This record gives sequence, structure tokens and C-alpha cells, in this order.
Amino acid sequence: MTQTRAVEPWTLDPLQHFVGESAARLALLTTTSGQVIAQHGFTRAVDVMSAAALGAAIAASTSEIIRMLQEPAFRMLSHQGQSHGIFLARFGTPRGPMLALVVYGGDSSIGLVQLFFEQFTRDLAAACPAPEPAKPVLAADFERDLHESLAALFGR
Amino acid sequence: MTTGFQKALDRVTRVRGVRGAMLVAGDDGLVVAESLMEGVRGNALAALAASLAKRFRRASETAACGLPQFIHLQASQGSLLAAPAPSGMLLVVVAEADINVGLARLEMLKAGEAIA
Repeated sequence: MTQTRAVEPWTLDPLQHFVGESAARLALLTTTSGQVIAQHGFTRAVDVMSAAALGAAIAASTSEIIRMLQEPAFRMLSHQGQSHGIFLARFGTPRGPMLALVVYGGDSSIGLVQLFFEQFTRDLAAACPAPEPAKPVLAADFERDLHESLAALFGR
Repeated sequence: MTTGFQKALDRVTRVRGVRGAMLVAGDDGLVVAESLMEGVRGNALAALAASLAKRFRRASETAACGLPQFIHLQASQGSLLAAPAPSGMLLVVVAEADINVGLARLEMLKAGEAIA
């Protein structure tokens, strides 16, 4: 069974709603550096980590080209394959900028994904709790935090 | 080319009772050209109508009826008409409830051929 899981619980309802409406097969919500916030449809941690890293790299390299062209900031990219399409977008939230990587099949379309993505960003902004003061990052906590995130994303 | 699309839409919007018409990329659900009244969200209509047409096509093929040539969705306050064009585009019309569907269908099919 395909599941939606989130490290940040407030993202879960908006993501589930978006996936349900857009018929997306895979969806990944990350920070701009590729830290995973929520996912739908992935079954293996290694796939999530690879997709997050690649999505962040694509967004970063595209942002750089956009900067060279003196265009406004990167917003979205879309690739239409034979049986799957990929949609990658950067958007703002009260918790800072985020990336969404969405993979859809023949039962959806880029038009549907774009349409419901607009609603998704609004839902996320509405659900986002007030920003917490930044905590110091301690090496001792790293492994525990990593395991907690993986457990939240994959239920292990 | 864009002028050709606009001419095709003009042909359809001249029919009495038509509130707006648009050409949609059938597979993508994105707007190619539109001539809509204010208050109609073009991108939403394009995406949802293309999705609907795709599902109708699947149902029609499953029922061994071939490809749909014309779709008429009658709602309480108006109608949604759609005609797949040979070019892979979808001609979508938003109409009043009392529109002459036969005339609209004829003009839509002619417009579809014009943009092929």
C-alpha cells in the first residue's frame, strides 16, 4: 500500500490532499538543500535520499543559470517522459523556501499537477506553525535525528 | 499559427449561448489559446476538462466504442462541451444551459478541423 509520511507532521494533510487530487505517483517535499520533510509513494530510503539530492541539485543548478540570465528566482521545471512526467518546483513557506518533486503518470497531467500544486502551497502556508528559534546542531544528536527522520518517513 | 487558433475560437464563440472557448493541449491539460468570460479560471478548466476527456476516452475504448468525438456535460447552470481535435488538442466550450448543442457541436467540429 502506498503511504504518505512526514518528518514535519503539519505537512502531512496538505500533501495527502495534493496527491489525492493530482493523482501524483510520487511526491517529495524537501528543503532547498535536500533535507526530506515529507514523502509519498517511495518504498525505499535510498530512493528518497537519491531523489532529494538530485532534486536539490537540479534546483540549485537551474537557479544559477537563472541568476546568470538576471531572471527572477527559480520557480518550476517540468519534464514530460513517455510514461511519466516530472515536476520540480521551489516555493516559499513561513518556514523558508522548500522544493517539491512530483512524479506523475498517464492518469494525471502537468496541467492537473500545476493546478493542485497552487492549492498545495496555500494549504502548506496555512498549516505551517510559527517558526521556532533555531537550536544548535550537535554531532551527538545527528544519528538519533537521522534515525527519527527515517522512522517517520518509512515507519521503521 | 496563433491567429489560426484565435480564428477557430472566434468561430465557436459566435454561437449564441457560448460563454467561452479554449484550446487545450490534450495530454498536458495546459491552455493553448483561450477566449473566456471573466470569472472562469482558464488553467483550472483546461486541466480538469483534459483529465475528464482522457477518462472518457478510456471508458469509450473499454466499451469498444472507439474514440470519443464529442463530449457534452450538462450541469444545472450550464454545459461543458469538448471535442478532441485531430491535432491532439481539445476544444473546450463553456455554454449556457439553453445553448443549441447541435449548432455548437457543428461549429466545434469545423473549428477542430481548421486547426488540424
